[in-house]
Amino acid sequence: MALKIVKGSIDRMFDKNLQDLVRGIRNHKEDEAKYISTCIDEIKQELKQDNIAVKANAVCKLTYLQMLGYDVSWAAFNIVEVMSSSKFTYKRIGYLAASQCFHESTDVIMLTTNQIRKDLSSPNQYDTGVALTGLSCFVTPDLARDLANDIMTLMSHTKPYIRKKAVLIMYKVFLKYPESLRPAFPRLKEKLEDPDPGVQSAAVNVICELARRNPKNYLSLAPLFFKLMTSSTNNWVLIKIIKLFGALTPLEPRLGKKLIEPLTNLIHSTSAMSLLYECVNTVIAVLISLSSGMPNHSASIQLCVQKLRILIEDSDQNLKYLGLLAMSKILKTHPKSVQSHKDLILQCLDDKDESIRLRALDLLYGMVSKKNLMEIVKKLMLHVDKAEGTTYRDELLTKIIDICSQSNYQYITNFEWYISILVELTRLEGTRHGHLIASQMLDVAIRVRAIRVFAVAQMATLLDNAHLLTGNMQRMGICEVLYAAAWICGEFSEHLENPMQTLEAMLRPKVATLPGHIQAVYVQNAAKLFATVLKNQEGNTDSTAAQETSQLMIDRLPLFVQSANLEVQERASCILQLVKYIQKLQQKDVEVAEEVCALFAGELNPVAPKAQKKVPVPEGLDLDAWINEPPSESESEDEQPKAIFAKEEPKHSRPRHTEVDEKELARRREARKQEQANNPFYIKASPSSQKAYQEAPGVEHIPVVQIDLSVPLKVPGLPMSDQYVKLEEERRQKERADKKKKEKKKRKEKRSGRGRKHDSGPESEEDITPAHMVDIVTEEMPENALPSDDDDKDPNDPHKALDIDLDKPLADSEKLPVRAHRAAEAPKSPAEDGEAENAASQEPKKKSSKEKREKKKDKDRDRKKSKEEKKKKKHKHEEKGEDLLGGQADEPVVQSEETNEVAALPTSTSAEVSDLDFWLSNAPVPSNTQEAATVAEAAPVPEAASGTAPDSEPEEPKDTEMEETKSSKHKKKKQKKEKEEKEKKKKKKHHHHHHHSDGGGEESVQNGTVEEEEPLPPMSNYCLLAENSYIKMMMEDADEVYDIQGNLQDGSQVVVSVIFENKCDSFLKSMEFNVLDSLNSKLQRPEGSGPHDGLTVPFQLPPGVSNEARFVFTVQSIVMPQKLKGTLTFIVKNEDSSTHEKLDFKLHFTCTSYLITTPCYSDAFAKLLESGDLKCSSVRLEGVIMPFHHLLARICFHHHFSVVERIDSCASMYSRSIQGHHVCLLVKTSGQTVSIDAKCDEPTLLGNVLDEIKQTFSQC
Amino acid sequence: MIKAILIFNNHGKPRLSKFYEHYNEDTEQQIIRETFHLVSKRDENVCNFLEGGMLIGGSDYKLIYRHYATLYFVFCVDSSESELGILDLIQVFVETLDKCFENVCELDLIFHVDKVHNILAEMVMGGMVLETNMNEIITQVDAQNKMEKSEVMCFVTFINQCPCLDICSMQGHCFAFHTASASR
Repeated sequence: MALKIVKGSIDRMFDKNLQDLVRGIRNHKEDEAKYISTCIDEIKQELKQDNIAVKANAVCKLTYLQMLGYDVSWAAFNIVEVMSSSKFTYKRIGYLAASQCFHESTDVIMLTTNQIRKDLSSPNQYDTGVALTGLSCFVTPDLARDLANDIMTLMSHTKPYIRKKAVLIMYKVFLKYPESLRPAFPRLKEKLEDPDPGVQSAAVNVICELARRNPKNYLSLAPLFFKLMTSSTNNWVLIKIIKLFGALTPLEPRLGKKLIEPLTNLIHSTSAMSLLYECVNTVIAVLISLSSGMPNHSASIQLCVQKLRILIEDSDQNLKYLGLLAMSKILKTHPKSVQSHKDLILQCLDDKDESIRLRALDLLYGMVSKKNLMEIVKKLMLHVDKAEGTTYRDELLTKIIDICSQSNYQYITNFEWYISILVELTRLEGTRHGHLIASQMLDVAIRVRAIRVFAVAQMATLLDNAHLLTGNMQRMGICEVLYAAAWICGEFSEHLENPMQTLEAMLRPKVATLPGHIQAVYVQNAAKLFATVLKNQEGNTDSTAAQETSQLMIDRLPLFVQSANLEVQERASCILQLVKYIQKLQQKDVEVAEEVCALFAGELNPVAPKAQKKVPVPEGLDLDAWINEPPSESESEDEQPKAIFAKEEPKHSRPRHTEVDEKELARRREARKQEQANNPFYIKASPSSQKAYQEAPGVEHIPVVQIDLSVPLKVPGLPMSDQYVKLEEERRQKERADKKKKEKKKRKEKRSGRGRKHDSGPESEEDITPAHMVDIVTEEMPENALPSDDDDKDPNDPHKALDIDLDKPLADSEKLPVRAHRAAEAPKSPAEDGEAENAASQEPKKKSSKEKREKKKDKDRDRKKSKEEKKKKKHKHEEKGEDLLGGQADEPVVQSEETNEVAALPTSTSAEVSDLDFWLSNAPVPSNTQEAATVAEAAPVPEAASGTAPDSEPEEPKDTEMEETKSSKHKKKKQKKEKEEKEKKKKKKHHHHHHHSDGGGEESVQNGTVEEEEPLPPMSNYCLLAENSYIKMMMEDADEVYDIQGNLQDGSQVVVSVIFENKCDSFLKSMEFNVLDSLNSKLQRPEGSGPHDGLTVPFQLPPGVSNEARFVFTVQSIVMPQKLKGTLTFIVKNEDSSTHEKLDFKLHFTCTSYLITTPCYSDAFAKLLESGDLKCSSVRLEGVIMPFHHLLARICFHHHFSVVERIDSCASMYSRSIQGHHVCLLVKTSGQTVSIDAKCDEPTLLGNVLDEIKQTFSQC
Repeated sequence: MIKAILIFNNHGKPRLSKFYEHYNEDTEQQIIRETFHLVSKRDENVCNFLEGGMLIGGSDYKLIYRHYATLYFVFCVDSSESELGILDLIQVFVETLDKCFENVCELDLIFHVDKVHNILAEMVMGGMVLETNMNEIITQVDAQNKMEKSEVMCFVTFINQCPCLDICSMQGHCFAFHTASASR
């Protein structure tokens, strides 16, 4: 036994390694499968060994076999074993194998979590690298959740090699675990400015990938990317950024304007074709996003088209292809500029490369006009002939039809030509698109009345020659056209020249070989034809002819009665009996034609494809409501018969329903008639269409057809479309000549009047009159059709979950799960989702359902908003508020559009949003980073700088930040401001939002969301604090509260933001801000400093610059307003001297500033009022002359209230103090009197707040 | 994003397949076959892009390929990648292989598919381009090979004298030796 083992291991010495395996497989070409299966057996043996080296070798071989298509998932556990080897060599093999064959449903993956974590934190960078690479291929939601934190740490690893990989893998983590996006994003953003170009490029890569799917969330990064774009030299990075901008511009046209110039420069300067191409692409995207009206617009298009032409003319096929691709994008918006390159594109149709031909075809689609349609299609038809039996030919066919039928046959001037084209297309061998041609034939014949005569003639020929189409089985696709032909001949049989012949053609025995559905149409339409024939024949006194026809039917129909196809059989036997009966009548010499025709009387109208879907649900009809109550679950099985019996009951209600419907229908029918009567495009054959049908040639009623062809179009056999081209040419020439003549006449007449009137150069589009005055019957749509086209987004798209607002500051609860506390991590909005408390159950399923629910909620909300204007709920996001009222805090996904924009905490993020606007609204790139380096986001600085000389302001629209910084000059500028307001009405929300974001604090969203009535006057919470010749201080108390409980002992905190503006020409530095503390309020100083020390302002001010600093105060009691005295000391530095200066100021803490805007729902509000522990107080304001919603907005804005509910001129409002006092207001207005009833659990506070409100309104 | 990277020869035999999205083995083989079918029937001097087959991707995806001697290098990418950029990347990939294998030929890829994977892993990670600088890629690959070699050295020193210094074949010998010594 022992010997055996030793022997076994000696054998093992000669184990195959990967090379041996490959060699072996190559040597066993004949019995490869067999050889491999023995190899797999060997591998299985090797995997049973304890030796890790053997296992690794086996796994290595398995990886190779996996590539050959062998399932190796059975070895998953062994792969994990090899992965966990301490040796890099084996580890790498293991991870490679895992990356090749692990996926989400591999169950052993969960065993790897700890191993991967260990590898990630390995001191050896390559262990980490290999783990990251492997993980990127098989990351699952669980792994992503468990490892997100570790990977995030790696993003700041010392080695760029690791950082780069960690950054890249974050994308995969986000996809699998969307909750990680917000916590990880700040760091990801940091990496955009990583010193290592590789890391930078990885970060750009990830953000571009994220932004591509949800661009709106990444708009705020535009300035950063813009900077990167202008500074980076790495073409890869540039390409990515430029592509990203291409995705962002549709959302923000201002961005496009800013981009055009640098992009144009790049286009001119770069030598890299790839970069050039992407630039052109993005410029195109910009041009598309900008509505025309930009002056140098056409120059950019010209540049693009010109560059693309160079690409297309290049001998490199790749460039040619891309050039065409980009061209097709321009085509959508600027067809004119592309059309001038028609020659080039037609040339590309002859290219030997199919991809290029297809691209050129795409372009042709947009290039046709009435003028050149025939010519282009002729050319395409030539290609069709050349491209025998390829998919390319099918493609050509569909393109021809697409081109011709686009926008309701807009470009077709001669439908006879089109029908002949269609008929020509039927001669294609083996095309799959028979049904397409058929539907076109039907569509044209039905909708273009004037063409019916011609169409019917053509179709009759087709039916006659049906054997050509059904010759062999390969052509089965094309026999679909017979379906159309038969139907057209039957339906419009009155136009048939020789109905008898067609009838015979339709009843040939050969027809029985056609597919069932076509046969069915044949049978049905044979009956129609029969009716027509009868009618014609009865006119002649010879009754035998009619009887012969009947006999023909009776002879031939039994063939169809025997058909295996149910439909055919049914129709045939039905019609057969009918004909037999008719024959009987005929034998009695009874006139039957009239009655037979009546069977098929009536007009068929085209119905739009989406018509059914668009029928609006009648009011009061709930489609989801039960018609029958579902049997309750408690009902046992044996009770079922009863249940069935019970179902009978509700039938009583049905007739009532239909009655209503019928009424409704009648009403609608009436309405439709009315509409049709008024619609000039809707042509009725005669007052009563039914009669017209019987009166046979109703063609005269159609006021249209004036075929002015000089040659009769009786083309024997199948028509040739080419002839039409010639004829058309002649016709046009003739027309032109006519016109010229007329013009000459006119000119003669008016020679003295106008000099030169109309140059008859190349005819313009409008000059071409169609050969037929064609009325294209529009497709019918139900009345009140819902115009909305629901865009179908793939609900399974993983990127949907990543639609997360990133500008919002992080909430406390948003942390990446850390290993130790996995069970208790990240409780998500406890009040909203009670069940989420059990954090251990964070299964992805639940998550997604939760999200769905939230999304639904959002939707509901939107709907509510739009529907009930009076009832308004406020959904404002709140960072750190108490969740008392069941509002949704801390939920990243819950945002509706508005709140999305107004995430306005005085943190860097909010500043950033306004930065974007600033950045976008300002043409020059801010060049201030140096001076303002102390502050993270310093974009507003140059703006404020110009504020020192307000009169010399440039005329361009100013950003509103400016307004804030100069509220003292507010009134002066108000008028101008309002003008702007009007201009920017569209972007109103945006606009207001400036105030908020800048006004700091959690200002109310109200003025953004209250109403769309009229723009609100701008408001600012900044007030002048103190000013001297050197400096101006403006204060705004941004109440940011840290203690959620509002605990008195802990003391609440108030943040005051102060804008310092340097008004002199000197440099200001060493600013110190100090406040004399009172018992109640204290300035928070850094630890270790005395109670009287000042706080250093963390920046210096160059001349003309302003900046904002925030100071935190601790407040004990908030029921009373208070004032604090303070001083600002600073050094004024000139070139030669420097002086100490001082500025005194008084900080005024109003009671209002202790209030925080808190959303409240009406039900919670009602409960609060009912609770009875609130004290009441009221105030009356006289002579308020502003609109009510302004009034509310003012209260919201200045006093931090939120509207709970508003009904006409009455509104309830709510706010909460930082210590948790509830303040409720009921605001009523009548005329100029506004009465405010207020309730609060702290009467002193309430009194003071009311006083302040009163004061606010007395000021204006 | 890159969805898949395939290398196969003129007869459609796969030499490397890297899918950044999971498919089962049968589908993978089908994709390889279909891609081969699409690519192989194209002339030499036509453009290097073609709209993806039915199996992989959809309208957003493109196949971008290059043909070198007996091998096709095919990248399946979506619209977020620059077409010309990917062509360059293929070039970088091939040049890197050429440096690492010294005059790379199909045989190198046949016998050392694991090495090719390792090189690729330094260029593309999880479907995203990781590094495009050839020198950087080679440095990292070499460093890892060196590490692997040093691990091998711990066990067998005499292989140093072995004339063939090919890591992979050496690794194979080493496995055998290691096994033998361990089991004794």
